[in-house]
Amino acid sequence: MSIIYLLLAISIVIAIGFFIVFIISVKKGQYDDVYTPSIRMLFDDELVKETKQTNTTKTEKLN
Amino acid sequence: MSKKKEATTCYHCGDLCDPIEIFSDEKSFCCNGCKTVYEIFSENDLTCYYDLQSAPGTTPSEISGKYDFLENQDIVKKLLEFDDGKHQIITFYIPTIHCSSCIWVLENLNKLQASVTTSQVNFPKKTVRITFKSDDLSLKQLVLLMSSIGYEPYISLEDYTSGKKSIDRQLIYKLGVAGFAFGNIMFLSFPEYFEVSEFWLDRYKLVFRWIMLLFSIPVVFYSGWDYFVSAYKGLRSKILNIDVPIALGISVLFLRSVAEVVFDLGSGFFDSLTGLIFFLLIGKYFQQRTYSFLSFERDYKSYFPIAVTRIDTYKKEESVQVYEIMKGDRLLIRNDELIPVDGILISGNALIDYSFVTGEAAAVQKISGDKLYAGGKQLSGVIEIEALRSVEQSYLTQLWGNEAFKENKVQAFNSLIDSISKRFTIIVLAIAFFSTAFWLYSDSTKALNVFTAVLIIACPCAIALATPFTLGNMLRILGQQNFYLKNANVIERIAKITTIVFDKTGTITTNKKSVINYEGEFLSEQEETLLFNLVRASNHPLSRQLYDTLSVKEIIKFDTFEEVIGKGIEASYKGISIKVGSAKYVNYKGEQNTLQTSVYLQIDEKYKGCFNFQNTYREGLNEVFEGLKSNSKIAILSGDNEGERVRLTSLLPKETTLLFQQNPQQKLDFVKDLQQKGERVMMIGDGLNDAGALAQSDVGIVVSENINVFSPACDGILDATHFSSLPSYLNVSKKSLKIIKWSFVFSFIYNITGLYFAVTGNLLPVIAAILMPLSSISIVVFTTIATGYEGKMLRKN
Repeated sequence: MSIIYLLLAISIVIAIGFFIVFIISVKKGQYDDVYTPSIRMLFDDELVKETKQTNTTKTEKLN
Repeated sequence: MSKKKEATTCYHCGDLCDPIEIFSDEKSFCCNGCKTVYEIFSENDLTCYYDLQSAPGTTPSEISGKYDFLENQDIVKKLLEFDDGKHQIITFYIPTIHCSSCIWVLENLNKLQASVTTSQVNFPKKTVRITFKSDDLSLKQLVLLMSSIGYEPYISLEDYTSGKKSIDRQLIYKLGVAGFAFGNIMFLSFPEYFEVSEFWLDRYKLVFRWIMLLFSIPVVFYSGWDYFVSAYKGLRSKILNIDVPIALGISVLFLRSVAEVVFDLGSGFFDSLTGLIFFLLIGKYFQQRTYSFLSFERDYKSYFPIAVTRIDTYKKEESVQVYEIMKGDRLLIRNDELIPVDGILISGNALIDYSFVTGEAAAVQKISGDKLYAGGKQLSGVIEIEALRSVEQSYLTQLWGNEAFKENKVQAFNSLIDSISKRFTIIVLAIAFFSTAFWLYSDSTKALNVFTAVLIIACPCAIALATPFTLGNMLRILGQQNFYLKNANVIERIAKITTIVFDKTGTITTNKKSVINYEGEFLSEQEETLLFNLVRASNHPLSRQLYDTLSVKEIIKFDTFEEVIGKGIEASYKGISIKVGSAKYVNYKGEQNTLQTSVYLQIDEKYKGCFNFQNTYREGLNEVFEGLKSNSKIAILSGDNEGERVRLTSLLPKETTLLFQQNPQQKLDFVKDLQQKGERVMMIGDGLNDAGALAQSDVGIVVSENINVFSPACDGILDATHFSSLPSYLNVSKKSLKIIKWSFVFSFIYNITGLYFAVTGNLLPVIAAILMPLSSISIVVFTTIATGYEGKMLRKN
């Protein structure tokens, strides 16, 4: 039954992993503007239709 | 006003194509600007812009010479966010962003200009962040490009002085930590809830508890730290604020839980502890999210330009930063530019609009040698002035030195929750000590247990949540009704107002429409046609207003036409001459009402009559005053002359104070005076001239025709179209306070129930774990429903 220690450790590591991902996403500014991405998403199709250019990824490179 | 013209609307901006209509690609446009933008888009395969939203554009404005200051590298450096020599990043504020097409076109800027690497729009804030290659594209070129497609960035002195802005994400981190720990602790304490006495669970209980303890440490010392800080600050200034019992509750919860785990006495209250902090932070977050596209902190800096053109001794023009202007400098002020410093007019036709500074609606004519004050806007052509003072010492900007601008209204206000928490804390502490004393006497082993249990259960979680949720909700409801408040605290302050002070021009009158009545001889059909065509050709504000009120006539072409800037216009058609302008211009020597803005008409050298411009009061003004007078006193301050006194008096309730020709400082003093008499003053104004009074008042509200245009520092912005709803907004603020009071009653019931368990020494972790979230959630539900109901009633009216 000492397997429970391992299971606990794994579950906590996974939980902390997600937590770190959350912190990174906040740091990158994902929560600064929660409105525009919902509209931007709708444009991606139109960009492909209109032009042959590759879709510009709009991630912020600098913080 | 009477636009009966059946005109098509512009394909680009949706305005009426009137009086001119331009065709291109079988589409009609209202002006060349709109047509050019369309052409730029169609050349670059960006016509999708028009598919997303019909008529999404804005007309580009004339900007030649306006951005020359962007050649000055020192200024550019201050504006840039990032610069590595090759790439530069800048964030522009663009007031014209208003629909999804705007987002689309701004994020596809690189199709217009390949040197733009990326551009990202933040729609709620109306900003765009652009990365571009600085070798191929200068900042000035970028700004010109954006202006050419109708997205002119707004660059003001504020951008220059504020420096790099950092976004405060502390609360989200804290909320994340608390939520993360809360969820995990709930899982880990599941076995305890059901009191399963299974062998293996019993054996590993201790491990679970220690992990919970570890999880709770960052919650208490990071997420909940603000409550300790605030409680400490409160105690130091001898105030028992709501954070004192919260901090007390948190620390007792934590200490007792740690003690239980360390000495193996029980499972502790880690779930309640983290849940409590998590809920409190949600409340905080909810209250904090307001309108990012509005700014309530503006001063003159957001209105003033960054740089002006200085003419040096060798007649050379150069752009200088406004802070570098010194006494004696010669400055060039172009059409539509703001005068940044007090100065003397040297040359040019000065027609200055002082509405920013004084609230006086009509522009004033100045001649060479006259003194010009900072904040005035030049309306006709280029002028040259000599600076008399530096920016900070100018008449208008000195106002910001007043201490009214340094005061913190939130701190000065004793809120409802503060007064309740004071009594609450004392009662809780009294109960804790009495019950401990009782148990010490009857069963001393339980005494400590009871003491901590009372403090835990009495932690005013629900009380602390009632205010942010009620006011936060109300803030959003009022926002939907176009009444934007700075923060939740403002609602509480509005509910306590006893006197309301209005500014006149622009606040209770509209800027857009004015009533014009004609005094004089009857005009024949032909004469009316001449007049219509004459004012149509002029761009003077008064001509535009007059044009809007005249009925439409046939369009004719004059033989001669002349506009004498600052005086009037004249033209001739088939031997008939017509002159419109000032009394002097048309040689009218009769009686004049100097208090009124009038335009005089002369046809064939014969005086015909004059047009008097009167202010129009906002619709529903009477009802507003009727609605307000029962609960508060009303006063009106005006920067204007007394021309309107008689009309105004007839509109107002009897006891209204009416003061004319008030300068910004006098307005401030008037408000201060009322406050010293014990009144709680709400100031309702519109421009920089009210800025002092707005800052001094308990609640400063700005009425704005267009909320995207800048308004001075204030506590709330009211969309002018909703002016008549003002009394019901005040009413609903009072109701919000009632909702909060009811929530308090409910949370007291919970507290008393909990106290029963605590005082009798039977508080089990599971009861605390049920009771605390239950009380919090029911308060949230109650306030949401109650405010939602109030909102519904508000919409109905």
